[in-house]
Amino acid sequence: MSSASPNTAFQLRRFEWLHVLARAARSARGRVGLGLTLAVLAVAFAGPFLAPHDPNEVGVVPAFAKPGAGALLGGDSLGRDVLSRLLAGGWQIIALAASATALGVVIGAIAGIAAAYLSGWTDNVIMRAVDVLLAFPQIVFALLLISVLGSHLWLLVLAVGLSHAPQVARVIRSASLDVAERDYVQAAAITGVRPPKLMRQEILPNLTTPLMVETGLRTTYSVIIMAGLAFLGFGFTLPDANWGYMINENRIGAAVNPWAVFAPAIVLAVLSVGVNTFAEAVTRCALTSDPTTRAALEAGEPVTAEVANADSGLSDGDRRLT
Amino acid sequence: MSREAVVVEGLTVVTSPAGAAVVRDVSLAVRAGEVLGVVGESGSGKTTLGLSMIGHTRRGLAIDAGTIRVDGTDIRALDHSGLRAMRGRTMAYVPQDPGTALNPSRRIGSQMAEMVRAHGRSRDEARDRIAEVLADVGLDDPARIVRAFPHQLSGGQQQRIAIAMAFACRPRLIVMDEPTTGLDVTTQRKVLETIRDLCASYDVAAIYVSHDLAVVADLADRVAVLYAGELVELGPVDEVLYSPQHPYTRGLLMAVPTVESARRLVAMEGSRPPMGVGRTGCAFVDRCPVSTDRCREVHPDLVGAGSPLHHARCLLTDDAAGREQVSLRPVLGVTTPMELGAEEKPSVLAVGDLRATYGAKAVLHGIDLSIREDECVAVVGESGSGKTTLSRCIVGLHRSWTGEISLGGEALTPGVRNRSRTSLVRLQYIFQNPYASLNPRRSIGNVLMQTLERLSDLDRAARYDRVLETMDAVALPRRLLNSFPDQLSGGERQRVAIARALVVKPKLLICDEVTSSLDVSVQASVVGMLRDSQEQQSLSVLFVTHNLPLVRSIAQRVVVMRAGELVEHGDVAQVIDRPAAPYTRQLLDDLSRFGSSHRLDRVDAVADSSTTTPTDGKAL
Repeated sequence: MSSASPNTAFQLRRFEWLHVLARAARSARGRVGLGLTLAVLAVAFAGPFLAPHDPNEVGVVPAFAKPGAGALLGGDSLGRDVLSRLLAGGWQIIALAASATALGVVIGAIAGIAAAYLSGWTDNVIMRAVDVLLAFPQIVFALLLISVLGSHLWLLVLAVGLSHAPQVARVIRSASLDVAERDYVQAAAITGVRPPKLMRQEILPNLTTPLMVETGLRTTYSVIIMAGLAFLGFGFTLPDANWGYMINENRIGAAVNPWAVFAPAIVLAVLSVGVNTFAEAVTRCALTSDPTTRAALEAGEPVTAEVANADSGLSDGDRRLT
Repeated sequence: MSREAVVVEGLTVVTSPAGAAVVRDVSLAVRAGEVLGVVGESGSGKTTLGLSMIGHTRRGLAIDAGTIRVDGTDIRALDHSGLRAMRGRTMAYVPQDPGTALNPSRRIGSQMAEMVRAHGRSRDEARDRIAEVLADVGLDDPARIVRAFPHQLSGGQQQRIAIAMAFACRPRLIVMDEPTTGLDVTTQRKVLETIRDLCASYDVAAIYVSHDLAVVADLADRVAVLYAGELVELGPVDEVLYSPQHPYTRGLLMAVPTVESARRLVAMEGSRPPMGVGRTGCAFVDRCPVSTDRCREVHPDLVGAGSPLHHARCLLTDDAAGREQVSLRPVLGVTTPMELGAEEKPSVLAVGDLRATYGAKAVLHGIDLSIREDECVAVVGESGSGKTTLSRCIVGLHRSWTGEISLGGEALTPGVRNRSRTSLVRLQYIFQNPYASLNPRRSIGNVLMQTLERLSDLDRAARYDRVLETMDAVALPRRLLNSFPDQLSGGERQRVAIARALVVKPKLLICDEVTSSLDVSVQASVVGMLRDSQEQQSLSVLFVTHNLPLVRSIAQRVVVMRAGELVEHGDVAQVIDRPAAPYTRQLLDDLSRFGSSHRLDRVDAVADSSTTTPTDGKAL
């Protein structure tokens, strides 16, 4: 930049977490995790358009027919095509799980950062509330809300999201405690920055790694809880297909056509494993490329950090994102 | 049997798998009973060299070439069990921080016994030996110590335990990695005396790795100077430190403040070359004030310089004319006096009867202090004296205090939140650790612009001009505007932190140990820069430090603190040359320093060493 043209917008590492994600996706572990996840997402979102039969058409094949030419995964309890129902029954669960995760992480992160930075009675109020919520098992909490307020999709999202928030708050609070004590936060405080802005501008950007990992973990739980609620018959309109309820409605015929139960169970399992594996890859990647982690390393042990930098020969150019 | 306890030949340590040399082609030998000081800036490879002598490399490093013989055994040829048998018995290690080296959940006695018994002694023998060695390191009441847990002992006692463990099996070689860095000067002095005595009485070869030249001058018989992994100078301590032959050693010494007199500290330009870059010429050529074209082409060998025991890796020391050229430059003891103005100016900051607490614990007991315009006041004291709490109270980061603090006539509230913008602008603070005081997600330009945006009414273009002006003033290249903290060196980061404070043109700057994590040469440049800014704009500085020699070179007045109280205050020259309080006198006495009268247990050492051979029988 030349001094003649004062372009005074200087860089922030606002999007470096994308860079970490990209690096994680290139690692061996990340490739496996991302591959599994994307495969299931492809099935779920492209599936409705690819289904060979109307998923709700009764009597395509005999009830619990074995897999064959007419239906690759056989028939279900009402003789509907299992493959078509499998292809059509994913997107709703995944969309709801994703929304619930987003809600839970946002609420939890705000609560966690506020508790850590404001400390004192704010911390006590937030964390004791968290303790109370944590006393309920997540699914019981969701069932409680739904049984009181009725079965609506938005309520499903709200219930699952709220049940995640306390757990996210705990993790983010402990991560923020470390960041909030750092000198750069205090340096901003003594130039008169107010707490809300300070939390948003100085603390939050340094929490991207725990936030990414937490999001991955919570996504897995959301999918499982959503599928569980569907299994119990909450929230989804029948006769539309969904993976959770498919397991429930077909379990009586599992001995005759096990695929009607296994197929949805397998995609759910693959999705969980995929998301978790990718989250693990992100964690490992972030250890070496997250500037906050690196700064912490250096503050404690300058020499070690230098050696670590020298090791990853490409880091210098790699580090600069824009 | 040879008198040489350790012989290193052609040792090269590289990063693995990248293969960049961290230590390259180092050869040296240490005799029994001798202390070799290994000095150099951070990243020079001194710790790596020390560790490799006991056959250890940190993760990510590997010994690439060379031989290491300890007590006649080539330790590179040994397998794990062979090395384990030698560690403790033949070679031992004293870490920098004994607090992390001792297991917090086990009693001292059992930890020591484990080590001693691992080398084949019975329970009773071990007990006797532990009592003996604890007495040797000067710990009174060994019976109490062996029953204690590490947290029940002070830092100095813990370090003595670590030293006792190293000496317990009567090794031939002990490697010490900055064992006194975390200790107060008085404790440091006592520990150094212990090390010195034990090395002599046990007839053990000691490698003392340190960045503190004054400590090495106090303790060592010989000094090895490392630069970028290379041995650049090696010789008797008196010759290397008082008549250095390598320009790098000379540069280091010129950057060291001395307590005897105020001097303008001279910093070396540039920074050390990146690790593992292939080069043909001298490693130091880019920073060398006397380099020639030949230095870029020819890699110098370690050759005799001045006396038979003194070697330097510099082309210029090869020939007499070159030696002349190097030696002409001023070194230690040659001082450039500084004018420290002592006019009576109005006061900027007044602190009255300041009492601060942490919870129920009182840490400051009624502090009175004032700083005048353009004045630099140093606050010195050991860890726990309350000096950092004092500065944090003033700046508003510590809120539980009573008393009065007024800045330019305006009373300051305890917390920063209720202070007026004027007082936020007038008072700026610089943190101790530049690695932690900059947000890793913000570029340098962003940090500086944002500070101005909050604390000034300038428009965008004017802010930008001010930022550039400030960067020039602290000698930060403008190209760093879009860099992030992790792309900068420690010195550059501290300059950014200083620029962040100076950019709003404050009246008072509080510096909390701002140079304690920096190398001496970087410290010299930062201190020089602070003094320049003080001259250019009307600026008062409160300089908090534990480093007395540095006080002499930067401050006009000094305040000595101990356990939350003011012990002594006055003009720097008066307090240091004629201390009134016994505590100040004690601090000054225990200070490791250059100069003959003060050596640990040596009779005499003369600055003019080209004609003098060491009188000490233990030296080579």
